[in-house]
Amino acid sequence: MTILADAMTRILVQGITGREAATFTAESIAYGAQIVAGVTPGKGGITIHGVPVYDTVQAAVSAHPVDASVISVPPQFALDAACEALANGVKLLVVVTERMPRRDVVTMLETAARAQARVVGPNTLGVISPGQTRVGMAGGSAHAVRRAYSPGNVGVVSRSGGMMTEVANLLTQAGIGQSTCVSIGGDPIVGSTILDLLPVYEADPDTHAIVMFSEPGGIMEERLAAAVKKHKPRLPIIAFVAGRFADRMQGVRFGHAGAIVQGMQGSPAAKIAVMRDSGIIVANKLYEIPDLVREALLRR
Amino acid sequence: MIIVEYEAKNLLKARGLPIPHGLIADSPEEARRAAMHIGGNVVVKAQVPVGGRMKAGGIRFANSPDEAAAAASILLGMNLRGFIVERVLIEQKLTIITELFIGATYDAAARSALLLTSAQGGIEIESVGTVGRIHFSTAYDGLPAYVAREAAASLGIRGRAFQQLSSLIKQVGDAFIDLDALLLECNPVVLDDHERWWVADVHFELDDDALYRQKSLIESSPFSAALANNRTAFENRAIEIDQADHRGVAGRLIPFDGNIGLLIGGGGASLTTMDAVLDAGLKPANYCEIGGNPSVWKIKELTKLILEQPQVDRLVVIMNVVSNTRVDLVARGVIKGILELGRDPSTVISAFRIPGSWEDEGYKLLDHYGVRYFGREMTIEQVIESIV
Repeated sequence: MTILADAMTRILVQGITGREAATFTAESIAYGAQIVAGVTPGKGGITIHGVPVYDTVQAAVSAHPVDASVISVPPQFALDAACEALANGVKLLVVVTERMPRRDVVTMLETAARAQARVVGPNTLGVISPGQTRVGMAGGSAHAVRRAYSPGNVGVVSRSGGMMTEVANLLTQAGIGQSTCVSIGGDPIVGSTILDLLPVYEADPDTHAIVMFSEPGGIMEERLAAAVKKHKPRLPIIAFVAGRFADRMQGVRFGHAGAIVQGMQGSPAAKIAVMRDSGIIVANKLYEIPDLVREALLRR
Repeated sequence: MIIVEYEAKNLLKARGLPIPHGLIADSPEEARRAAMHIGGNVVVKAQVPVGGRMKAGGIRFANSPDEAAAAASILLGMNLRGFIVERVLIEQKLTIITELFIGATYDAAARSALLLTSAQGGIEIESVGTVGRIHFSTAYDGLPAYVAREAAASLGIRGRAFQQLSSLIKQVGDAFIDLDALLLECNPVVLDDHERWWVADVHFELDDDALYRQKSLIESSPFSAALANNRTAFENRAIEIDQADHRGVAGRLIPFDGNIGLLIGGGGASLTTMDAVLDAGLKPANYCEIGGNPSVWKIKELTKLILEQPQVDRLVVIMNVVSNTRVDLVARGVIKGILELGRDPSTVISAFRIPGSWEDEGYKLLDHYGVRYFGREMTIEQVIESIV
């Protein structure tokens, strides 16, 4: 089993005629994803890589029921596109748009919460359930995804889309497959944090451990540590925190918009300390991850 | 970006918020004239985009135009937390009966906008004991008036001052939303001896991702915009290279003083590489993040920019397993840049580790020039450890 998406998930792509969206649509289909419809206002009636395009989400979903929508539109249109999907009953949004204004992100997430829908992103590369489907663009071509990702029992959660593929590749090289990999997005505020995903992974009998790639900034890891301490989850969590050097360079943003250390808040050293204290296994080096995962699985 | 105090106050004043009478000055003589024009006791405040100016000595009081000129001559040219003071604000000094803290920001954990209030104004919010926290929706045009009244009531303000404070809080919340602020702190908000409220100081951080719809705000804040664009020639050239060609991202280049040039990306992999380089005791010459699918020209120019720094003697090229970026195009750009500088790629490049799309074509090129490269079977740290 997987979380969030599997081979049966019917996917809509909003902004499907964009260069990037058209490319990932073709490659996702080649990987096995069921992309049933696309939306680009003004382009209704055409097909792109065999996928019918509609002017509105309403028209798309009345012809093709969908379970998830990938939102790949410029930042000034992203809030509206998300609200359109939510108004038409879509329950999973994967927002790949980068650089959405903070106000729009918060308004989108508030609207989604009211609609009881889940949002992954913004600024995500998407979700991959290896061997089954990809929602979004993580991992590149179908061939590249097959090479880096392999089916199995380890969930991967990453604040960096690129490093999700790096971590999946590291596990695959070591013969460890993945259940579902989620690029949660590099923004300071995202719809699904590790904290939101933990109970979902916990409910999946085929996920046996979680690997997390973290960065400086925010308090997601601190909150995760508190939750782990309190609720003692079934799944072992193996974390890696990149950007330890940023502790020496306060207030400078490196990498993603969320990766900024201010005072003690967001400090990688502080994150590592509280996570270790809670029982989360923290790898010092990426290459330690496969052995740490194997050991954690043996202890189950 | 941060909008400095006087420009932030101009924005708030235009929206009807009560701002004390003030004038800017770039010289002690201008400060003297400003103080004379305002009359009475004044405050002389350094206009730099940093908080905690009072503690750092960036705010001074003057009881006469001569004292204002003297205060300005101390402040102008002073280095305040990394910024040289170029301009001061001369402002009417208020008679303070009560000082409050009113602010708005985003709460990442709650994924919501947050109104912050405290009856202890004038000091840094981190050191304030009790802070009122009220979450509010960003889906409407502004802060609901009842939320503003609840906030004013929670501060223990009554009567005529209550009505005025409620409307001030609403205007702060409205401005926060309308102006796409990430943080809008009014601290202190002052009640004077005539029962009038004033916004005595403002800290305003603008959401850079909303610049496209805040053009008039930027146009009316040229001083802050110039400060935000104050970069080194090295950083400016990197931005120039990035903007000359829309393909891929050249990212942010931040110079350091080491000898190893880094051509690295994307966001997460750059962080991982920097840690690995420093852990191994090596000295980076720069930080950078390339991403997307940059053209050969862009990579070539970046390579030259990094290698042309006099202290740089070698180059490390590292990315995570790439899907969008083409390995062969990066390899071609790097080699071309080194050759244009009349140097030998096989000695300049200590390590090339970009596995992923079009890697076979890339490796062929690297082989041809005798460059040492690593595949996906080695992690970023293992590659760095192998070149120490």
